Amino acid sequence: MMACLLEAPLRISVLSEVTATSRHYVDRLFDPDPQNVLQGVIDMKNAVIGNNRQKANLIVLGAVPRLLYLLQQSSSSLELRTECAVVLGSLAMGTENNIKSLVDCHIIPALLQGLLCSDLIFIEACLRCLRTVFISPVTPVQLLYTDPTVIPHLMSLLSLSQHTQEYITQIFAHCCKTPEHQTVLFNHGAIQNIAPLLISPSYKVRMQALKCFSVLAYENAQVSMTLVNVLVDGEQLSQVFVRMMQRDKPIEMQLTAAKCLTYMCRAGAIRTDDNCIVLKTLPCLVRMCSKERLLEERVEGAETLAYLMEPDIELQRIASVTDHLVSMLADYFKYPSSVSAITDIKRLDHDLKHAHELRQAAFKLYASLGSNDEDIRKKITETENMMDRIVSGLSESSIKVRLAAVRCLHSLSRSVQQLRTSFHDHAVWKPLMKLLQNAPDEVLVMASSTLCNLLLEFSPSKEPILESGVIELLCSLTQSDSPALRVNGIWALMNMAFQADQKVKVEIVQALGTEQLFRLLSDPDTNVLMKTLGLLRNLLSTRPHTDMSSHGKQIMQAVTLILEGEHSIEVKEQTLCILANIADGNTAKELIMTNDDMLQKIKYYMGHSNVKLQLAATFCISNLIWNEEDGSQERQDKLREMGFVDILHKLTQASDPNLCDRAKKAMQQYLA
Amino acid sequence: MSGPSSGCGFLMSVVVHGDLALSEQEKELNQRLRSLYPAVSDQETPLPRSWSPKDKFSYIGLSQNNLRVHYKGHGKTPKDAASVRATHSIPAACGVYYFEVKIISKGRDGYVKYMGIGLSAQGVNMNRLPGWDKHSYGYHGDDGHSFCSSGTGQPYGPTFTTGDVIGCCVNLINNTCFYTKNGHSLGIAFTDLPPNLYPTVGLQTPGEVVDANFGQHPFVFDIEDYMREWRTKIQAQIDCFPIGEREGEWQAMIQKMVASYLVHHSYCATAEAFAKSTDQAVHEELASIKNRQKIQKLVLSGRMGEAIETTQQLYPSLLERNSDLLFMLKVRQFIEMVNGTDSEVRCLGGRSPKSQDSYPGSPRLFNSPVHKASSSQTYQTSTYYIHKFFFSASIGKKNILQKSGLLHQKKTFLVPKSTCFLAAEVEMEVDHFSNGVSESSSNGFLNGSSTHGIDLEELDSAQSKRQLCGGSQAAIERMIQFGRELQSMSEHLRRERGKNSANKKMLKDAFSLLAYSDPWNSPVGYQLDSIQREPVCSTLNSAILETHNLPKQPPLALAVGQAAQCLSLMARTGSGSCAFASVDDYLH
Repeated sequence: MMACLLEAPLRISVLSEVTATSRHYVDRLFDPDPQNVLQGVIDMKNAVIGNNRQKANLIVLGAVPRLLYLLQQSSSSLELRTECAVVLGSLAMGTENNIKSLVDCHIIPALLQGLLCSDLIFIEACLRCLRTVFISPVTPVQLLYTDPTVIPHLMSLLSLSQHTQEYITQIFAHCCKTPEHQTVLFNHGAIQNIAPLLISPSYKVRMQALKCFSVLAYENAQVSMTLVNVLVDGEQLSQVFVRMMQRDKPIEMQLTAAKCLTYMCRAGAIRTDDNCIVLKTLPCLVRMCSKERLLEERVEGAETLAYLMEPDIELQRIASVTDHLVSMLADYFKYPSSVSAITDIKRLDHDLKHAHELRQAAFKLYASLGSNDEDIRKKITETENMMDRIVSGLSESSIKVRLAAVRCLHSLSRSVQQLRTSFHDHAVWKPLMKLLQNAPDEVLVMASSTLCNLLLEFSPSKEPILESGVIELLCSLTQSDSPALRVNGIWALMNMAFQADQKVKVEIVQALGTEQLFRLLSDPDTNVLMKTLGLLRNLLSTRPHTDMSSHGKQIMQAVTLILEGEHSIEVKEQTLCILANIADGNTAKELIMTNDDMLQKIKYYMGHSNVKLQLAATFCISNLIWNEEDGSQERQDKLREMGFVDILHKLTQASDPNLCDRAKKAMQQYLA
Repeated sequence: MSGPSSGCGFLMSVVVHGDLALSEQEKELNQRLRSLYPAVSDQETPLPRSWSPKDKFSYIGLSQNNLRVHYKGHGKTPKDAASVRATHSIPAACGVYYFEVKIISKGRDGYVKYMGIGLSAQGVNMNRLPGWDKHSYGYHGDDGHSFCSSGTGQPYGPTFTTGDVIGCCVNLINNTCFYTKNGHSLGIAFTDLPPNLYPTVGLQTPGEVVDANFGQHPFVFDIEDYMREWRTKIQAQIDCFPIGEREGEWQAMIQKMVASYLVHHSYCATAEAFAKSTDQAVHEELASIKNRQKIQKLVLSGRMGEAIETTQQLYPSLLERNSDLLFMLKVRQFIEMVNGTDSEVRCLGGRSPKSQDSYPGSPRLFNSPVHKASSSQTYQTSTYYIHKFFFSASIGKKNILQKSGLLHQKKTFLVPKSTCFLAAEVEMEVDHFSNGVSESSSNGFLNGSSTHGIDLEELDSAQSKRQLCGGSQAAIERMIQFGRELQSMSEHLRRERGKNSANKKMLKDAFSLLAYSDPWNSPVGYQLDSIQREPVCSTLNSAILETHNLPKQPPLALAVGQAAQCLSLMARTGSGSCAFASVDDYLH
């Protein structure tokens, strides 16, 4: 009873004491005697170190504007200004809310202004604080670039001391987020200024300089091309990076150096068969994926490796046999492990946090590994539970994981064998179709692209997909604003129409509608146009389908439209092929024969300078004059009148053997 | 670090290989093996250098210095398989061992089965491919499978064929093995490997040819990088080794070791200052330390006669009771006479007896049990140990030395390896050998690992001044007389105490000096080197200390010696981590 009574007032008094002392610290900043102010700031410094509550209190009580005022005041002693910067730096070390308050008080311009001072200690204190503010995720990086004089000034401060080097490179490494940022830093001599820091005696400086280069080189050909020619102490930069990847170096350094070389390679500055990539960077990144590494490192390692080898089959082949990478990646799916759930809550939390990241990284790396080589794809699909993992990945809540899973599926779907076997066995089309119902564009692009492969005629999944009402969905994709989605939509339809039965073809034509068909034929994206023509060709091919009772006219219109328009050779060739298909149909022939304009166009293309177009046009004529069909005599006569025989005769002398052969066969129709 | 001790190893291995001039390839091989496996003693555990012509199946043919293997059987059934082992098993002291095999030809077409590359123990049937039997391990080219003591393989890596280079790496720390193909690591193939495996290759197709690289050429795979990783791992393990709750005791123990070392070697002033600042008691009277210091200075400056005399004065019964020691001192005195440095002949030589106390600094000898070999390298190494040891002792303890006030005095006894050390030596020569007698030995110091013989030859032009006993006839006579006394002492000793081969050899070697017109430039000339005073000095010092019931070895030297012994014991018992924990590497 007594204890309770005593305790309550005691707690209150402790609390009020805290605010009272905080208040006291702030009050002392306003003391008329500058000596007292200085002592006050120093005492404040000692009071806030490591004390987040105290930091918050001081901010609430308005210490920041006063400290900034004192820091900026030229009448303040240098010592006072420095101590102010130190206290502000300490406040910034607290919570994200602290940083927000500091930024709201315009601490950044004040500190940047402070950098113009000539005193090194003061500059270092300002930089330390700026560094802490800028590396926080709540600070808008753009604030570094608002004043155009800031970057050049920071560059000039790099030579002052190891501390300025460390803080400035760290700021750059964190604030270089866009190609524009890269360009600004590059134009102000970032490379020449930072390169020498790679051999600084200070590990921190070396590390931050290295990080700078990794963000500068990322997808930036200009920077990367410059980097390969930079010498540091007589040594090529790439060799400096190679040394930093040695296995006795800290993991952080190995990984970042590998990133630099990866980015330089992807930007085209280093060949993919260069030893520093094949024998150094790639093995280093594979090591980063091993179980011994931290989860974060494994994520970064896998993502970087995926990026490095994406375009190069040789690197994919090497990686696929290096250190059992394919089975090593299977371990990425085992988090949180059953052990961690039982033994250690902290560990479980850590595992959970990284589980998504690990899975998406593994999917990305599998996608990259399997993008070209059939054997590697087989190896991947044979990894324990791989297809099940992809299937469940497709419906995970994390969009990153879904995207990576569908990328992986897409990569594997390039394999005829896998389409026929594992894809069918695991009914991957089901989750894929579900994914297509409602997903952001980037997922849709990958998913629809995968669907294209699943709809190839030899794929056993084609039938069930057709039955699931996919045509509507694909037709709606062709109306998307995204060219990639339009391509995939029409592409899938094209694949679907290939050697399909009449029922499917009719369904496609009806679902798509002539209007949409014409819109696609005038699509600004050539890919869309090509695939649409491909669809037409597939719809018309095989004799019984060619006689397009209802759409004949429209299709002829479309063909005319394209042949008259400005299009690439490929587009025109495809169009002439459609015409050739039409010329093969029983009744459809008449659509051409009665269209003199069209015949003139065919004649024109038979005399075109491009062999492919000549061939397609000749094919068309050859179909029209084919002997065994009704009315061939009339057509032959008409075409002879129009001068086609002369042209055919001339083409029998053509240098291209295919064209020559085709023309001869056509001439035989006349002779028979 | 390629320590000076490995320099020693080189000299010895040259001797072992006899007079045959080493071919370029052999030289390169020696060099590479030495830098890859510095902890391996080539006498105790020779490294594999080629395939063994004795340890192979008859279907195997060897050529090109036993590095090329070809198949000469029928290759019709698995019964025609044939293997060959390397000349030696892989020593554990390698830590990480690596060799490569290049496929010159996969053999005649139409044969589906072909080679295996791997490891096997002594005695495993050679009429088989590596991996098929117990204690046999292989990676097979036809299917890319690994065979772990079993006729059935496990999927492991890619297949390999003509033109490929396959590497095999044995990690003797965790007893695993991985392979490489064309410089790319394929991942762990085997775990829990037994010790003493031999590199092995097996063939079974007519026309199959493979070449081995045991270090003759640079490897395709960067094995050094892999070794670096393990060296770092082992050293981190040592650095992080818990010393538990006894941190205070730890510091006190180090201080004790330092103090006892200083006392042992009679660094009076430093010892006193150190003891004072670290609040320790010195277990020997200052006067006694000073006495020992005086005697050591005399021995090290070659003035043996005076040294013996002083010892007899200060420790009257010591030499009486220890006649072998006295004999050794006298033999040394004889050598110094030949050298012209002993005080008895110096007086006769008419040279001004220089200030007698000017021997540089204090004696610096540090004769740890493992470094018995008396050479300049050892000398330098041991000094270096101390230097390094003190500094490593302060790791994590924020410079105990500095706190204890020892550091500012360190130059008096901690001679930094290069400049200070050499300066001291040069000073010594100038002071004592105005005739330039010892230029050769001072050169030996400078180079550390060079051989003295070479230096002597190079310095021929400077020899003119070097004369027996300093060139004085009287001195020569005295020397000869002394030699007779020594001879009779030896005979007396033999009668009294029976044969002593060490004494006999000592005397014989010393007398041999007179057989040459230029003793300095003779096969026994090394005795004249001032470095040879060091073991004499140490033995005497230890004997004096023993009479005071003090340890004849300072604990510091014992600790370093024990650490080194422990490592060689690890090597013998198959603990590979000893490769990356040499006392040398670690103490810095």
